[in-house]
Amino acid sequence: MEAVRTEPQGKTAALSFRNVDILFHRNNSSSAIAQAVKRLDEGGTREQIAAELGVTVGVANANLEIRRGEISVLMGLSGSGKSTLLRAANRLNKVTRGSVEIGNGTAFVDIANCDDETLRDMRRTRVTMVFQQFGLLPWRTVRENVSFGLELRGFTPNARRKIAEEKLELVGLTRWANSYVSELSGGMQQRVGLARAFATDADILLMDEPFSALDPLIRRKLQDELLDLQTRLKKTIVFVSHDIDEALRIGSNIAIMREGRIIQAGPPQEIISSPVDDYVRDFVRHMNPLPLLNAASVMRLLEVCPRWDDSTIQLDVTGHYGFNPVTATVSDRTGMEIPLQFHDTDDISELKVVSGCVYCVPVTASLNTVALLRQKSGMPVLISDASQIIGLCDDADMIGAITGVARASKVN
Amino acid sequence: MAFRLPWPGLKSPDCEARSMNGLEDWITSHKIPVGEVASNAVDWIRDHCQGGFDVISEAIGSCADGFTNLLTSVPPVLFVALLTIGVWFWKRAISTCVLVALGLLFIINQGYWQETMATLSLIFFATFTCMLIGVPIGIASAHRPWLAKILHPVLDLMQTLPTFVYLIPTLILFGLGTVPGTISTVVFAIPAPIRMTQLGISSVPKALLEAGDAFGATPRQRLWKVEVPAALPMIREGLSQCIMLSLSMVVIAALVGAGGLGVPVVRALNTVQIDTGFESGLAIVLVAIILDRLCRKKTH
Ligand SMILES: Nc1ncnc2c1ncn2[C@@H]1O[C@H](COP(=O)(O)OP(=O)(O)OP(=O)(O)O)[C@@H](O)[C@H]1O
Ligand SMILES: [Mg+2]
Repeated sequence: MEAVRTEPQGKTAALSFRNVDILFHRNNSSSAIAQAVKRLDEGGTREQIAAELGVTVGVANANLEIRRGEISVLMGLSGSGKSTLLRAANRLNKVTRGSVEIGNGTAFVDIANCDDETLRDMRRTRVTMVFQQFGLLPWRTVRENVSFGLELRGFTPNARRKIAEEKLELVGLTRWANSYVSELSGGMQQRVGLARAFATDADILLMDEPFSALDPLIRRKLQDELLDLQTRLKKTIVFVSHDIDEALRIGSNIAIMREGRIIQAGPPQEIISSPVDDYVRDFVRHMNPLPLLNAASVMRLLEVCPRWDDSTIQLDVTGHYGFNPVTATVSDRTGMEIPLQFHDTDDISELKVVSGCVYCVPVTASLNTVALLRQKSGMPVLISDASQIIGLCDDADMIGAITGVARASKVN
Repeated sequence: MAFRLPWPGLKSPDCEARSMNGLEDWITSHKIPVGEVASNAVDWIRDHCQGGFDVISEAIGSCADGFTNLLTSVPPVLFVALLTIGVWFWKRAISTCVLVALGLLFIINQGYWQETMATLSLIFFATFTCMLIGVPIGIASAHRPWLAKILHPVLDLMQTLPTFVYLIPTLILFGLGTVPGTISTVVFAIPAPIRMTQLGISSVPKALLEAGDAFGATPRQRLWKVEVPAALPMIREGLSQCIMLSLSMVVIAALVGAGGLGVPVVRALNTVQIDTGFESGLAIVLVAIILDRLCRKKTH
């Protein structure tokens, strides 16, 4: 591998795009593209270059670092160059200028400019891809599809079979190993795509709108599964999406693209709290605020709640239930104690919520969780911070928070 | 020769007629020697490469005749029984089995078994050769636009040029018999597998090719693990077209001395025998139907 160099110290980027330009010309005329690059440097816009030279600027001067183990989401309107940039990471699109570096901690390979042999090696062992339209081979069974990458690498049938079984179990399709792809639903097909990508053991996973061909319920389920797999497998994922909710849900970093350029990149909170321009603001405005709000932003502090007497705080509007902060007990008017349950994590999928029981969650719990607990228990939800109960949350608080956010973002 | 307009009412000016006449004379007197060139070329080839053609002729001839002998050495009824059983295991369709058995028994009944076997052998050889040459050419031209551009008119020519025209040089080069019959059949039928393969390979969905690339396929792996399997239905279609086209050449092959079901047809034509003509014609149709059924894709 001739393109190997040592990486500057202290960097953990698994994948970095450096000054990447990607230009397309219908006949791939290199002179037209060279001219277009020049025009681009002189400050020509995308439209001008397209009109003057017939060259499409897919990506212009993109710089992006993707750290090991994080999910980075590329967002933008249709035609903004997300797929083009993503596909530069395994050279399905040729990079006109710039480099795409894939590192392993000590050395990196410039996949945009390496030789064919190295490129193949990288594609087989380091970078893998999940396609929007699945890209599965219809004449192969599910198992054969999953072991496709291994077959290209020359694994023996036994080894292939073993790994394929393993990955199929990971995505829950063991039962379907011998079926043909056409017998599977869209969601299952994309799971096969995921298993195929995982089977190569590549640490970088490129996903080009992998869930957008699926209906919303399945999409959500697959997002959850992806997050779950990610906590176990710790891949570096570059995920293209045009859905802000999806991006916020799964992304630990978001890069927003517009007309071939990355105009803002950063963690989701930063994108939401300080959008750089109207384009980004527009994206943020259309998001669903629920998953982003947490108990802290919704709750009412106990101090401001009405009291029955010195020791008891009234919990609900009708005044049936009271809470005693000193003894940390909930009781009704007659003095009968109501069971109180502490729940420390945000994950309540395992929890059997008992109706009539009061739940207490930490301030970091998402609004989703709080709302679910409120709905299922039929009681207000208590909020704790550092094992001290400090606030409470009922319907009015939640509605207030949601409408408040909606109103605030419109004014913004 | 006076130049006359077909319409009596119109008079042609004399001078114009004369000059036209002169032009026509000039054109005819400078004949471009297309025919001569072709015939000289064939002569040259015959004089210089006859050895090579003899070898080819010998090879194809002995293979084809050997195969025919093998087919005819099996007792007809046993052959029908074996074939029917084979078809059952292959297709699992009772109707196809019945068709094969009844059709072949009818041919035995009419007394055309030898000829049918000779025809099958000819078709088999011609088709085998066509696929052997045609599929790689189809793949190559799907990958190289310039080759496809050159190939297009050549294939058109092969299919439109009347068969008798290239029958003559093949006769000269290979003599009478099975060989020129096989070769003319190949020339006529090979455009089908070339075209279908090319179409199949070039219409492989881009998504599948990219999937192959993204997982690090070498060009060879890409061909064998993505393109060919994806194009297989088309290639199979090319195969069945090739078989049908070969079958449609049996009568013409018989004219240059190849054996088979074409022979009684030609004989019937020469001696105006309606009965022989119909019998052998019907046998050809039956062979065609049976082969078509066998080529069809398996239906689950
Ligand atoms: N192979 C190609 N040849 C020519 N132009 C291309 C090619 N691929 C992409 N483009 C152009 O590059 C621009 C960016 O396309 P790209 O597919 O990256 O957009 P996108 O952000 O992925 O959009 P979408 O959400 O619709 O998928 C578009 O104008 C497109 O026409
Ligand atoms: Mg796209």
